[in-house]
Amino acid sequence: MTWLPTPYRVVTRTVETHDSATLVLRPVAESLPTFRPGQFAMLYAHGVGEVPISVSGIPGDGTLVHTIRAVGAVSRALHDAAQGTVLGARGPFGTAWRLDDVEDLLVVAGGIGLAPLRPVLTHPARRTVLVAGARTPQDLLYEKEIVSLSDVEAVLTVDRGDHDWHGRIGFVTEPLASVPLDPACTTALLCGPEPMMRFCARTLLGRGVPAGRIQVSLERNMQCGVGLCGHCQLGPMLLCREGPVVPYPVAEPLLLAKEL
Amino acid sequence: MTTPMTKLDVLPLLARLTHSQRAAVAGVSRIETYEAGTRLFEEGGLADQCWVILAGCVMVDTQVPGRGRVVLQSIGPGELLGWSWLLPPYQWHFGATVVSPTRAVVVDTQALRMLADEDPALGYQLSQILLEALLNRLQATRIRLLDLYRNPA
Repeated sequence: MTWLPTPYRVVTRTVETHDSATLVLRPVAESLPTFRPGQFAMLYAHGVGEVPISVSGIPGDGTLVHTIRAVGAVSRALHDAAQGTVLGARGPFGTAWRLDDVEDLLVVAGGIGLAPLRPVLTHPARRTVLVAGARTPQDLLYEKEIVSLSDVEAVLTVDRGDHDWHGRIGFVTEPLASVPLDPACTTALLCGPEPMMRFCARTLLGRGVPAGRIQVSLERNMQCGVGLCGHCQLGPMLLCREGPVVPYPVAEPLLLAKEL
Repeated sequence: MTTPMTKLDVLPLLARLTHSQRAAVAGVSRIETYEAGTRLFEEGGLADQCWVILAGCVMVDTQVPGRGRVVLQSIGPGELLGWSWLLPPYQWHFGATVVSPTRAVVVDTQALRMLADEDPALGYQLSQILLEALLNRLQATRIRLLDLYRNPA
């Protein structure tokens, strides 16, 4: 029943950055249906509130994996939830990354936008390239895990480096403009701040990646999760149902709208 | 001083040049390799070369009192390093250090300017290449100013 939160207990909490943590949640009794990469759950911190959080891992054992950035009261409460805490979860909601017929996979992420893309990094592909940006090296999610993925060619770039940083410094569009690609065979998945996705999509279009092979993940104020309340409306779309993953040709005019 | 044409023919940066134009560029350039830690140029020094990175990484930096050498930008494979040679006074605005073993096409920019002066068609194509690189760099820098990844909390 999508309206009632299903109880889940925090079994592990891993600090990722100064403001982000990954929770592994195990069902107290019944579990929710299996999520697909890109979909989200409504996570409920008892007595505080409920927010949409994408899955950042799909172990397949009934547990939920979410990486949460503390930006408001609810996300702070979820982020701070200690091992043993019982939270509520509803879902799965929304559209997933379309991974049919993937040849080369290009994953482009900015900041916390890497979380919904983490499950696709292990999706079978002829070649997988990850271009991920963050504010500083300390803000990069899953850095050790990414480096350990031998099948993923990772380009990590930060806005501001430090003396210990030996990766790239600059915006994600820069490596994206020069990373070797076979454009016609590339499926590009983008998640991050909307201007970032806009600029990255333009770079990819300029390199010959067909618009229909670019997908973006859009975020609005999802509340009911089932397309009834209208809080997540973006133009003609209700993103909790028709998003968050949207083909770029559909998203492009919405990303350019001043205010809706 | 020559760069093998096979190296230049596969560079997307030079794709808009004809084969003969690339041959002209090959004549005023060479391939060099650098160890990590190599200082390529210093702020204020004579800007008489530019690099197209084939492999590795170079950091562009500047000296800031109290903070030491602050890195502004990294330049990776396929990208252009250095444009202070384009206009007088031909002095580097920043410094640059190799941070991982790097291979690059090094161009004698004084000779390149002479080639462009003698052959306006080549000069025009080179200016388009440089303008595109500059524009991409400017736009990326502007986007970084937005601080898009900041926590809105």
